[in-house]
Amino acid sequence: MNILAIDSSGLSASVAVLSDEVIKAEFSVCNKLTHSETLMPMIDAVISSSGVALNEMDAVAVAEGPGSFTGLRIGAATAKGLAEAVHKPVIGIPTVDGLAQNMACHDGLIVPLMDARRNETYTGIYTFEGDRLKVLREQCAVPLEDILEDVNRRNTATVFLGDGIKVYKEQIEEKCVVPHLYAPASLRLQRASSVAVLAAQYFMNRRMTDPAAFAPVYLRVSQAERQGAAAVTPEEKRAMAAGHVPVQAAGDPTEDSNEK
Amino acid sequence: MIILGIESSCDETAAAVVKDGRILLSNVIASQISTHTKYGGVVPEIASRKHIEAIVQVVRQALEEAHTDIEEIDAIGVTYGPGLVGPLLVGVSYAKAYAYGCGKRLIGVHHIEGHVSANYIDNKELEPPFMCLIVSGGHTHLVNVTDYGEYEILGRTMDDAAGEAYDKVARAIGLGYPGGPKIDAEAKKGDPEAIAFPRAHIDGDEYDFSFSGLKSAVLNYLNSCEMRGETVIREDVAASFQAAVVDVLVGNSMKAVDKYGAKKFAIAGGVASNTALRDAMGQACDKRGMSFYRPSPILCTDNGAMIASAAYYRALRNGYAGLALNAVPGLKLGETI
Repeated sequence: MNILAIDSSGLSASVAVLSDEVIKAEFSVCNKLTHSETLMPMIDAVISSSGVALNEMDAVAVAEGPGSFTGLRIGAATAKGLAEAVHKPVIGIPTVDGLAQNMACHDGLIVPLMDARRNETYTGIYTFEGDRLKVLREQCAVPLEDILEDVNRRNTATVFLGDGIKVYKEQIEEKCVVPHLYAPASLRLQRASSVAVLAAQYFMNRRMTDPAAFAPVYLRVSQAERQGAAAVTPEEKRAMAAGHVPVQAAGDPTEDSNEK
Repeated sequence: MIILGIESSCDETAAAVVKDGRILLSNVIASQISTHTKYGGVVPEIASRKHIEAIVQVVRQALEEAHTDIEEIDAIGVTYGPGLVGPLLVGVSYAKAYAYGCGKRLIGVHHIEGHVSANYIDNKELEPPFMCLIVSGGHTHLVNVTDYGEYEILGRTMDDAAGEAYDKVARAIGLGYPGGPKIDAEAKKGDPEAIAFPRAHIDGDEYDFSFSGLKSAVLNYLNSCEMRGETVIREDVAASFQAAVVDVLVGNSMKAVDKYGAKKFAIAGGVASNTALRDAMGQACDKRGMSFYRPSPILCTDNGAMIASAAYYRALRNGYAGLALNAVPGLKLGETI
């Protein structure tokens, strides 16, 4: 079984080729580069170095979300395009599950923390039963306090990982009362090889999607949907007369801007 | 040469198959207008989400309707700017991956060049040089098309695009989004001379446009009616506003035509489907004995066919893109990859 895996949900971009039990090639970059420019050349590189041609892949796996909305769509559009070209299915792997898989076979709780802004973290609670990832709390967007309280209640040694550590470490030190560790740099961020390992399990269970039907899992509605459709008020009319466009209020940093 | 064109720069997910830049084999457009109508305009995040859900189906349908197998496609063209960055990234990322997977060459297309090229599909005899006015929700450009893919920019809007002014005014008079077709329809019932809205003419050899003053004048008029407790006659506001926009677009264009001695004139872009603009520009060209060209309304709106046509002429000039092609939201006309 051959799987091409992609994760562009966060700051790092990672692609890998899994062939049966071997990671034939993996390429991860975390250098503030734009995924839209780097992802396809990276995919070309892992495909040629792995020696497994695209049309020999059984599926294209991708971290389906949560994560940066734009990053998720770049990954999704890329996975859909590649899969469609070679008539293969797409396998969507929950991003936080993929991160937890980095800590395979760890004894205790695994809690990935991704910086979700707006005072929330994308997180979940996991453990391993033998070599299989077990989801104790499904991936979600919650305030850090919420997940730390949950961890404390479970009263089990915990390893944290993800780009959220950089943002939350002080708060974790303050509020986490169970013994805890932080994953080393080599395991801390999204890795496509972990996505690939989970995707191989999905493939065996036939959990896959037609490229047309695949869409990212954002865990959040857009800002406009949160606020609901606003009618034009007289204040807005005056604001428009002064040259301001009130179609969208102050931008959510995780969303696309209104710039043309 | 058969090209698959993909367009996702704003709120239409579109794909089309075009032969030799001129022969339309299919043209599929998935519009999101109904989704954005309740927000009074395009919400970029929602548009991006809709694009990623629709892109595969739209491309499949374009190939199916063209009765063309992907093996028969010579290259894939995709809009890489200007436009909304999130929507652009969906099309660019998909096109790159699909082209790579199918072993096809990729061509990055400028959205405005696409609009200009829509004319090549509907006017088989049209060839450069000609003068072209491009008017849409995001763009207002007056250019000399000196050759395929070669432009001399004569004028552009200094503030709002013409289509943007339409959207804002339509919203203010309660017609909603999209403003262009709604005002066009409403204006047919009203008096274009009822209200004297200002025409921003720029003096001398300048061909730039300005619509923000006109938009403010309309909004001020509405406010003053409200304060005086007068009823606004919506049809008259629409007709008078549209007359002012058309006056400025035609007036400025004809000033450039006379100065440059243009023999052929074309319009392009979403607002080019506006009936008042088509009529007035056609009459002005007739009066000068010039040929007037415009795409059919379906090719005025954002579509993949115009992208495929522009891609064809880029391909002839060897303008292929690599795997690092990125979306460029602020791409200028005449800039290349």
